[in-house]
This record gives sequence, C-alpha cells and structure tokens, in this order.
Amino acid sequence: MKKLYKLTKLQAFWPVMILLFILLFNGIITGGSFFEMKIVDNHLYGRIIDIIRNGSKLMLLAIGLTLVLATGGTDISVGSVMAISGAVACSIVAGSLLPTAGGNVAIAITIAILAGVVCGAWNGFLVSKIKIQPIVATMILMVAGRGIAQLITKGKIVTVNSDAYYFINGGYIFGLPFPIYIVIFTLILALLVTKKTAFGLFVEASGCNPNSSRFAGIHVGAIKLLVYTCSGALAAVAGLIESAGIKGADCNNAGLMIEMDAILAVAIGGTSLNGGRFSIPSSIVGAIIIQSITTTVYAIGVPPEITQVIKAVLVIFICLFQSAEFKSAIMKKIQIRKVA
Amino acid sequence: MIKKVKFNINNITLLITAGLFLVLFTFGSLSYDRFFSLSTFLNLFNDNAYLIIAAIGVTFVLLTGGIDISIASTIAFTCVFSAYLLRLGVPEYVVIPVVLLIGLLLGIGMGYIIHTYHLQPFIVTLAGQFFMRGLCSVISTQSIPITNEFYKKMALSKIKLGSGKIYYYVFIAIIIIIVAVYVLKYTRFGRSIYAIGGNEQSSVLMGLPVKKTKIAAYAISSFCAALAGVVFSFYTLAGYSLQNIGLELDAISSAVIGGTLLTGGVGSIIGTTVGVLIQGVIQTIVTYQNLNTWWTKVTIAALLCIFIVIQRIISIRTEKGKK
Repeated sequence: MKKLYKLTKLQAFWPVMILLFILLFNGIITGGSFFEMKIVDNHLYGRIIDIIRNGSKLMLLAIGLTLVLATGGTDISVGSVMAISGAVACSIVAGSLLPTAGGNVAIAITIAILAGVVCGAWNGFLVSKIKIQPIVATMILMVAGRGIAQLITKGKIVTVNSDAYYFINGGYIFGLPFPIYIVIFTLILALLVTKKTAFGLFVEASGCNPNSSRFAGIHVGAIKLLVYTCSGALAAVAGLIESAGIKGADCNNAGLMIEMDAILAVAIGGTSLNGGRFSIPSSIVGAIIIQSITTTVYAIGVPPEITQVIKAVLVIFICLFQSAEFKSAIMKKIQIRKVA
Repeated sequence: MIKKVKFNINNITLLITAGLFLVLFTFGSLSYDRFFSLSTFLNLFNDNAYLIIAAIGVTFVLLTGGIDISIASTIAFTCVFSAYLLRLGVPEYVVIPVVLLIGLLLGIGMGYIIHTYHLQPFIVTLAGQFFMRGLCSVISTQSIPITNEFYKKMALSKIKLGSGKIYYYVFIAIIIIIVAVYVLKYTRFGRSIYAIGGNEQSSVLMGLPVKKTKIAAYAISSFCAALAGVVFSFYTLAGYSLQNIGLELDAISSAVIGGTLLTGGVGSIIGTTVGVLIQGVIQTIVTYQNLNTWWTKVTIAALLCIFIVIQRIISIRTEKGKK
C-alpha cells in the first residue's frame, strides 16, 4: 500500500493514468480494433504506431520546451522554426538554395538544424542578454519566422524528390517507423545530460530562483541561452520530419499552432509553467496524450475542430491544479464541510 | 525627478513612433504616384478600424503588465456567431448586444481566473484562444455570408471627404479612442491601471482595488475584441472560423510600437493608434510595391524587435539614473 502511495507521488503517475484511460476508452469504442497491429512487408502498422509516429514532432518539441519552461521561460516560436528548417532543407535538396551542395541530403539536414540552432540562440540572446520577457522575445521570431521561411523558398511551396529525404518520416528500421528512433535517441541524450551531469540541476535552480542561483555561482544567462538553443535545434528536427512527411516545405502551414500543443504537452506532464522541477519523460507522455486525444476525436467521428475546445478546458484545469491558491481554496471548502 | 524620467519614456517612444509614421508615409509618397492623397490616409482608418479597436483593448491589459492572446479568436467567434444568428433570422438589435455580452463575460472569466489563482495570463488567454476558436468551428467550418440589411448598410454607408471617404464604422473606432483616452487619463480607474502596471505590490498596499481593476482590464480587452468582431463583420459581411489567425500579435505589436512597455505601467492610447496606422502604411507600401504580403510580417517583426530593444535601453538607463 505504501509503495502504491509512493507511486502516485511520481510526476509521471497522473499523466500515465490519463494516457491509459484514453487508450482504454479508445479500445472500448472501437471494439478492440484500436490495439490491432499488423505486419505488412515487415512494417508494423496500427493505430498506436500511428499515434507515436504522428506525435514524434510534438514529442521532440516537448523535450526542448520542458527545459525552456523549467527555466521559467516560454518559447512560442517553435512552429516558425519548424517552417524555417523545412524550408532550408527542402530548398537545398531541391537545389534552389546552395546549388554547390548538389542536393546532398546530409548537407541539407545539417544546415537546417544549424538554422534551428541559430534561431534558438537568437531567442536565447534576447532573453538572457537583452532581458526581454520570453513570451515577447520568442513572439518576434514567431511573427518573422514564417516570413523568413517564405523568403528562403521565394514564396513557393518547394517540393522535393528524394527517397533519402522521405526516409526521415516514412522510413522503417526493424519494422518501426524512423521518427520513433529519432525521439528515443533524443530522449536518451536529454536524460543523460540532465540526469548524469549537473546541467539538469542548474536548469531547475535557475527556474526556481534566478537570483539565488546567480549568487550560488550558476551562470543563469548561459544556461538560458543553451536551453533556448536546444529548443530551436529540436524544433528544426521536428520541421525536418514534418517536411519529409508532406514531401515539401509549406511555409504557411508547417507547424501552425503546434507551439500551443507543445506547451500543453509539457503542462500535462506536470512541469510547472512557472519554472522549477521538470520531468522530460512526463512531457513525452503528455505529448502522446495530446496526439491520442486528436486521434480519438477522429475515431469517434466528432468534428475535429472540437479538439481545441477540449484542449482549452484541459489547460485551464491542469493549471488550476498546479496553482497553490486553488488547492488551498478547495481544501478550505472540504474542511468547512467536515466541520459542518 | 522620477516624474520627469517617466515623462521622458513616454515622450521619446511616442515621438519615435510618430516620426516613423511620417517617414514611412513620406517614403510612400515619394516612391509611388498617387500615394500621397487624402484617400490613402483615410483608407488606413477604413481598413484598420477593427484592429484599432482590438489594439486599444489589449493596451489596457498590457498596461497592467498582463497579456491577452485570445482576442483574434474572440473576433472570429463574434463574426461567426453573429453571422449564424443573423442567418437564423434574429434581428441585429439582439445579435450585437448578445455578442458583446459574450465577449465581456469571457474577459471577466479569464481575468478572474488569472487574478484569483495567480495563473500566468499567457496560459489562461491561450486557453481562451483555443476555446473560442474551437467554438467557431463547432458553429460552422464554412464561411457564412451576412445578408442582414443593417449590416449591409453599415458596410456600404460612407461619408465623402474630398477625394477620400470614411465608412460609418470608422466612427465606432474613433469613439473608442476618445473614450479610452478619457478613461485612462482622467478617471480613478485609469490611474489605477497605470499604478498596478507600475508595481502591483505597492498598489495593493496603497489600497487600490487591484482585483477589480485587473479583471476589468481583461473584460475591456475581450469586450473591445467583440466590438472589433462586430466592425469586422461589417467590413467583410461574412463569418469564417479561420479568419484573423495571428491578429493578436498584430494588436500587441501595434501597442509595443506605439510605446507600451510590456512590463506594464507605460503606454498610451494615441501611441497604440499610431502603431496600428504604421502597420497600415507598411501594408499599403507592400501592396504598392507588388510584393508578397509576408513582407509585411517581416518588416513588422523587425520594427517590433527594434522598438523592444530601444525600450530596454531606455529603461536600463532610467534605472541607472535612479541609482
């Protein structure tokens, strides 16, 4: 019993419970076909695989955003960074940008991720050096990013014709879609860096109290710069997956509104939006929850637009439960009832 | 001394903003034939009346140090819902008050949650954004045309002024500007808003009604958004669930370009209005130049960036001056 109680105290406990509930609900309404998996041509197919594959972008963004939110910031430019990286990669592969590369996919991917790093570093610079509020600093890139992406593609939708590039989204290794491997790789890397080095502790500390962290000798500015850069780089990878999925760069729609989903994923994962304690695996679960909600809504046949209403209500409830004032207000009510 | 310094922040940014507007307008006039005319100037108002109203609403929230990113969805919801009600045959004198009331209630709700439970305004209004946008799509995912006579009359009636013309709905925006300037400058409520933005803690200690004022600021923002939605439905004569995506950023950047400090406490309605007009001029120049519309976005973002950095420099200097 005590062990069970301890389990509920874990940050990942409630997100996992919610996820199991949603999956169970899906299983019941589809009469079990939800969990079916088929192996066709050595490739695994099924709803669950779909959820993970389609959610891979969101999971990558959630990893980056968890760190950013843990320092007490936000990054709402990730959608635009996705558009930029997609535009860069597709333009290089198609040969319209950097013709000397000759459409080399490896070069395209490297430069696209570099572009993401630059975008992230720019955000980090504005936040840590110029000390602009994170929402506003990243809003600049959010507004400008799509414009920049359009400049790169010259306002057209660039389509690519390269099997090596398609592989990023559509490829299979050992029967599992390639994006899953990207996520697992990133997750392991992130966990190693945050758990096995002091970096995670520093991030947490700068989120809890930037002033005392500075006095304790932590370079809060440098930590923030690094964290935003990570977020930019991961957004760039997500942009690559997206553009490989649609086989081209659509600057207007790539990653549109996805920043909201990503922040929501982190919030569902239990990381406080005010900074401090964070858990990357919980955010991954949060991302899967959001993707499952979207899939569920399609499965029940409700108009997909209603997902936004559901998400809105979810956000408010999660935030309310994170708020100390709300908890104490509820506690008071319960106590009053007990007395009466 | 402190008073003088504050006065300076206001003045410098407002001067820069007004100067920028003049420079852009002169640039347009020199570069293109027929740009310099009364009609071009008046069209800035005709095309941006709804943005002026929305930006003024959001200025109230920004002044308290908060942020409201739900306004674009509120505008869209107002358009879709009014179009839907009008198609059902509900008369306009019922529809307009109803949609305005919905806007007001949404604002009060968000303000209440933000203040009472100390949640980040960004997250709560983000939820508001999702919620309203979702409701739009629940009502209809297709564009609903408005055929109501009153709306048509409002859409087409105009006053001829020399070579240009002013549509009736522009006067709604002008009335809002005047009322907002009056409220912020000459009422107790307006001064409380500035005080809360300057320092919330001291405002509480001073005995100002912080809770009421903050909730009222969000209520004003959402109400203005609903009103902007009504004006926008006059302008387009249709309701469509995906219209105005990203407008909240236009409104916020107008306020910032107009000299509103995002940390709260500094800003003016006139500045915000000029900020909207600057965006209008950029849009017009981009159209004259026959460029793609995304140039507008890039230019505005660059301006936004420059202005925020200028603000930071000024406020760092004032802090140093105080010491």
